[in-house]
Amino acid sequence: MTTETKLPVEKENIRSYSQQNNEPSWLSELRVEALAEFENLPMPKPDKTKIDKWNFTSFKSHTVESEAFTSLEELPEEVKTLIHIEEANNLYIQRNNTAAFAILDEELKNQGVIFTDIVTAAREHGDLVQKYFMKDGVKVNEHRLTALHAALLNGGAFLYVPKNVEIKEPVQAVFIVDNADTALFNHVLVVAEANSSVTYVENYISTVEAENGVANIITEVFAGDNAKVEYGAVDTLSKGITTYVNRRGVAGRDARIEWALGLMNDGNTISDNTTYLMGDGSYGDTKTVVVGRGEQKQNFTTQIIHHGKRSEGFILKHGVMKDSASSIFNGIGKIEHGATKANAEQESRVLMLSEKARGDANPALLIDEDDVTAGHAASVGRVDPVQLYYLMSRGITKQEAERLVIHGFLAPVVNQLPIEGVRKQLTEVIERKVK
Amino acid sequence: MAGSTLTIKDLHVSIEGKEILKGVNLEVKGGEIHALMGPNGTGKSTLSSAIMGHPKYKVTSGTITFDGEDVLEMEVDERARVGLFLAMQYPSEINGVTNADFLRSAINSRREEGEEISLMKFIRQMDKKMELLEMDEDMAQRYLNEGFSGGEKKRNEILQLMMIEPKIAILDEIDSGLDIDALKVVSKGINEMRSEEFGCLIITHYQRLLNYISPDYVHVMMQGRVVKSGGPELAQRLEAEGYDWIKQELGIEDETVGQEA
Ligand SMILES: Nc1ncnc2c1ncn2[C@@H]1O[C@H](COP(=O)(O)OP(=O)(O)O)[C@@H](O)[C@H]1O
Ligand SMILES: [Mg+2]
Repeated sequence: MTTETKLPVEKENIRSYSQQNNEPSWLSELRVEALAEFENLPMPKPDKTKIDKWNFTSFKSHTVESEAFTSLEELPEEVKTLIHIEEANNLYIQRNNTAAFAILDEELKNQGVIFTDIVTAAREHGDLVQKYFMKDGVKVNEHRLTALHAALLNGGAFLYVPKNVEIKEPVQAVFIVDNADTALFNHVLVVAEANSSVTYVENYISTVEAENGVANIITEVFAGDNAKVEYGAVDTLSKGITTYVNRRGVAGRDARIEWALGLMNDGNTISDNTTYLMGDGSYGDTKTVVVGRGEQKQNFTTQIIHHGKRSEGFILKHGVMKDSASSIFNGIGKIEHGATKANAEQESRVLMLSEKARGDANPALLIDEDDVTAGHAASVGRVDPVQLYYLMSRGITKQEAERLVIHGFLAPVVNQLPIEGVRKQLTEVIERKVK
Repeated sequence: MAGSTLTIKDLHVSIEGKEILKGVNLEVKGGEIHALMGPNGTGKSTLSSAIMGHPKYKVTSGTITFDGEDVLEMEVDERARVGLFLAMQYPSEINGVTNADFLRSAINSRREEGEEISLMKFIRQMDKKMELLEMDEDMAQRYLNEGFSGGEKKRNEILQLMMIEPKIAILDEIDSGLDIDALKVVSKGINEMRSEEFGCLIITHYQRLLNYISPDYVHVMMQGRVVKSGGPELAQRLEAEGYDWIKQELGIEDETVGQEA
């Protein structure tokens, strides 16, 4: 079934937008085709969440104009705290749809590292971007929202790490929404060639309350043979923004992809985080923390798909639900035929803080190979009164005891985030959200 | 003022509708060490839990007062802040909360906002006490009781006791599962606390611990009541002869709760 969708963007607008950006023709064509296809594709079907009434397609305009930042001093305070201003050597800041600030360490540049906004990347490194963009990670025609994303792409970043280059300092991107009319079609592409390593951390942060906002975010991570990518993210988009966020990874032989995701949006959110372990000996690790509050509805699907022999996949998700928030936590470990000696492990834990909150943890193991190991654990529960009693018996107030238990519950993931400022921010966001 | 007084009068406690304590009377004052002994299942832990305010235990009648104040009216954390402490037989494990963070919260809960203990001072104190208890340094940064061995949990309870410095402490089977070396260490910690200001109720069913901490008073619990009280000689007799003679003396066949004399 296809429903009538009225987009504020026409084919001609897309062409002229693409031309205005001096995009290579392959990208213009890809956009136009995606736009043509989009109506006929089905919506994604996140298991156990109905999204037919959610707004993913209606927004005021394709892009908004924003000023760039001439120095980091101009950043809003809440963004400054995320960044080590004196030490930020590898940083990209996007303001709404505008590439607003970018620096990259000279030495890394000389080694061939690329870190820039996605439009510049398409223009200056077109072949490289084309090789990876929406091909083996997320496909354009996977469903309606991926096609929409491809057609309307209006922001994002490209990080390229050449063979054998190990980046020691984290690379950071901050995506700021400070205009309530912003629609985000953001694409982050991370390519780590063989034997390279990099830590990338991103923040999505709203400093305004939007009404009926739309965010359609796709990340693709490619880790070549024996490469290692650590990917940290903290999403804090505001209540009025409906988010579709899809973060995918593809790991080659002996490659490692490690995700640490703080999914703290205040609006309805569909999150898909999938890692393809293609190469033998590849390794995928996904750690996710979530706090739901208010009337929020969310669906978090985490998948690791094993193709490689001896590939190992670990999924760890901890969620706290309060008020009338409801969340579905789907975890899927899939072992394809031929992935002998693969190991798929997952754990989902949901802590409910109120009677009306809902949380469902649905672990699934889909195994098409005999010689493998796999395991899962899932629980949905409330704060243990005996734990509170223990803490309170040392003089700690009930409120503080609950705070400790909740932070403790989320700590295994929070502590995993690679940049201290971001870790702190996540802790503060959690503090605010669970209060 | 020379220490505080914990007074328990005719205490009846039930759990899930079943009466466990059937009229307990006991008084512990600053400067005194009491030993509460008795076989398993006689209500000793129930008494300690009721004093601290465990959510599962319901006081159906009787009183508990601390320096004259009604303990039963207080929330668990208030009981702790007036000066009560319970080293639990089965301490909870709390994932993600480090031992150090937990202890610092506990100490700061007794201080005004803005008067919190400095991190340096806290670490110094904790290091010192951990050394005395022969605890591994990394225990400070480990998650609270998580994956601790039986002995580590017991030491950790005593560490909390020493850091918090309560007025009256109840130690529920702090000796169980400890080898002789650990027992000595734990005893050293408790003896360190001894003063005119500090009162202690040591719950145990062995006399072993009392070789290292000499009690002033010894009580025996059976069938949810204190059935006999005396001095240190009572513990020695129990060690030599067991509990049977008391049962005979009182005509008790089954000493556990649920049987009537
Ligand atoms: N949580 C509980 N639920 C049900 N019965 C309990 C519980 N705790 C204790 N009891 C019962 O209360 C009685 C006394 O137990 P307890 O106070 O733990 O004894 P002690 O510490 O002397 O070994 C026992 O019969 C025990 O079965
Ligand atoms: Mg007991």
